[in-house]
Amino acid sequence: MKRQGIAEALRDAITEEMARDTRVFCIGEDIGVPGGWGGAFTVTLGLAEKFPGRIIDTPIAELGFTGIAVGAAMMGLRPIADVQYGDFLFLASDQLINNAAKLRYMSGGAIKVPMVMRAPVGATGRGSQHAQSMERYFTGVPGLKVVAVSTAFDAKGMLKAAVRDDNPVMIFEHKLLYGSKGARAEPGAVDATSEIPDEDYVVPLDRAAVRREGRHVTILGWLLMAHFARQAAEILAQEGIEAEVIDVRSLSPIDYETIGASLRKTGRVVIVEEGPKTGGVSAEIAAGIMENCADALMAPVVRVASADVPVPFTPVLENAYRPDVPRIVEAARQLVQH
Amino acid sequence: MNPTSTPSTPAVSVLTGDRSFLLRLYEQLVLIREFEERVKFLFLEGTMPGTIHQCQGQEATAVGVCAALRADDYITSTFRGHGHALAKGLGVQEMLDELFGAVTGCCKGKGGSMHMGNMDKGMVPGIAIVGGGIPLAAGMALAFKMQRRPQVVACFFGDGAVAEGAFHEGVNMAAIWNLPVVFVCENNLYGASTRIDKVMKNPRVSDRAASYGFRGETVDGNDVLAVLGAARRAAAECREGQGPVLLELLTYRRTGHSRRDACHYQAKDEREAWFARDPIERYAAQLLTRSDVTLADLAAVKARVIQEIDAGVERAKRAPQPTVAELTTDVLA
Ligand SMILES: Cc1ncc(C[n+]2csc(CCOP(=O)(O)OP(=O)(O)O)c2C)c(N)n1
Ligand SMILES: [Mg+2]
Repeated sequence: MKRQGIAEALRDAITEEMARDTRVFCIGEDIGVPGGWGGAFTVTLGLAEKFPGRIIDTPIAELGFTGIAVGAAMMGLRPIADVQYGDFLFLASDQLINNAAKLRYMSGGAIKVPMVMRAPVGATGRGSQHAQSMERYFTGVPGLKVVAVSTAFDAKGMLKAAVRDDNPVMIFEHKLLYGSKGARAEPGAVDATSEIPDEDYVVPLDRAAVRREGRHVTILGWLLMAHFARQAAEILAQEGIEAEVIDVRSLSPIDYETIGASLRKTGRVVIVEEGPKTGGVSAEIAAGIMENCADALMAPVVRVASADVPVPFTPVLENAYRPDVPRIVEAARQLVQH
Repeated sequence: MNPTSTPSTPAVSVLTGDRSFLLRLYEQLVLIREFEERVKFLFLEGTMPGTIHQCQGQEATAVGVCAALRADDYITSTFRGHGHALAKGLGVQEMLDELFGAVTGCCKGKGGSMHMGNMDKGMVPGIAIVGGGIPLAAGMALAFKMQRRPQVVACFFGDGAVAEGAFHEGVNMAAIWNLPVVFVCENNLYGASTRIDKVMKNPRVSDRAASYGFRGETVDGNDVLAVLGAARRAAAECREGQGPVLLELLTYRRTGHSRRDACHYQAKDEREAWFARDPIERYAAQLLTRSDVTLADLAAVKARVIQEIDAGVERAKRAPQPTVAELTTDVLA
């Protein structure tokens, strides 16, 4: 066992998968430059020396290198691509959505696209174009699997599962959760370290995780919001409200079995999402709950999400934009009184 | 890569040019350098929020290009836009206020370092998506052309942006429609940590113009008068309907790509060679060849600039922050 942060855990996952399977390689911007940073958040630091020729630095060309990853995957390789900030997925999305996600279907099942796309998301004092919660744009795309990792344990296990999966898998990571060090450390970072087993393991790409058990209300979140939900639960506990916290983690498909089992206990649910409320993943989850387990609900579904605005720069407004622990506590408290 | 420029006669001679104009250029160069140094200090000290991308060493590109523009011409910029902003006439105070997230900032605190801009001064908020400003500038120029307005757009971007699809698409449309855009590639040899020779088979960016059928030129971007001369020619061609023009300005970033980057990927001898070609020192030496410019004159410029920044920082630290009600304003027109 060793204690690791998400950046280190992802690095180890990549290292182990590349050592295990020579078809695996990494492609992206500034990921293997000598004297560089190992990607924007240090995940690939040191890997270029370990795996010569398999950590491929590209020009700044997201559409291009994503297409290259798709093509290489079709021909039998297993690329792990990454964008430096999730916001740049808008440039890559033609290749992801029109090609990676559809080639299997369009070919009548002849083609496999076993690729991984990693993307850091979240509001972190950088303004509107380096901050968006991008997972919402991909969860509704048939042919893609979408996960979001909030602990180092999951980051390692889900990245490994994604590399071994025969489909395109998108992994969303949060800038405040990496635990990047040195010059790439993030102010305001939240501890997402885990005890990492020495043995090889994978975490399935389609299961939510119950992070805390409780019987009065269920709080659903992912990425940074999974951490905030747990912090909220601690405060609620002091008031005698026992919240069950679920890290949704798998955003496509969504694990309604785990969510439904919790709702049958609590009858109440708060869904927390960083990102504008309109059109968010929380809307899909709310609808899914109505279809899958409405009978368990004793009160309407409540959402805590960001305002329907671009992400503002100034910290006062960014803090108002991002759901925080007090807002989650308040929503849960009101719901329990309902 | 050889940093010397293709020969080009500067439109302004340092010996015969107007003294106050030439000193004004010097003041802008020094203002940008001192502004950036102060911002770096404030950021590292932890008093200034956000992240920073700075332009120490590249001051002459911003100053030379913007000095060739009229007040009602526009520029588009990038995440590395502080120098462009100061050169286009944004005030020290509105910029510092913006960096401190104040409602009195040029974007009311909503933009921040990467999105510095002020439409009244002819600067679109910085586009922090690499290459994203290129089609945008072409679109602005299309509007000028269709409305028969005599304006031009100078579109700043880095060497890294040339690899994006947006470069190809935007530049090509500007070319086929003869749009009044001066495409200004600040070639500082690096896109983030990646050196251009690793990502370009032909690292001469200006060559690309010919393949789209318009004129390109490589200029010593650390020679403010050479940049000014090239930008004046380019802007004049654009105004006459002969646009676009691609200017490749060879320069070098003396500071980190962002935040606390220590530039370990830049070779020591390369850094030293470029530090020896510092745009401000070089221009100062040129100015001092005039009999009516003294070291004391230059020192006075610097002192004035520092005083302005000192005062600006003090005010910016106390400038009012937006109220939470501002979160939902300005979303739709
Ligand atoms: C589409 C996109 N991809 C990647 C980035 C991350 N990024 C920010 S600046 C930068 C390097 C840009 O290099 P260049 O265009 O040469 O400009 P410079 O930084 O040298 O001024 C990168 C990769 C981005 N902002 N946008
Ligand atoms: Mg560059």
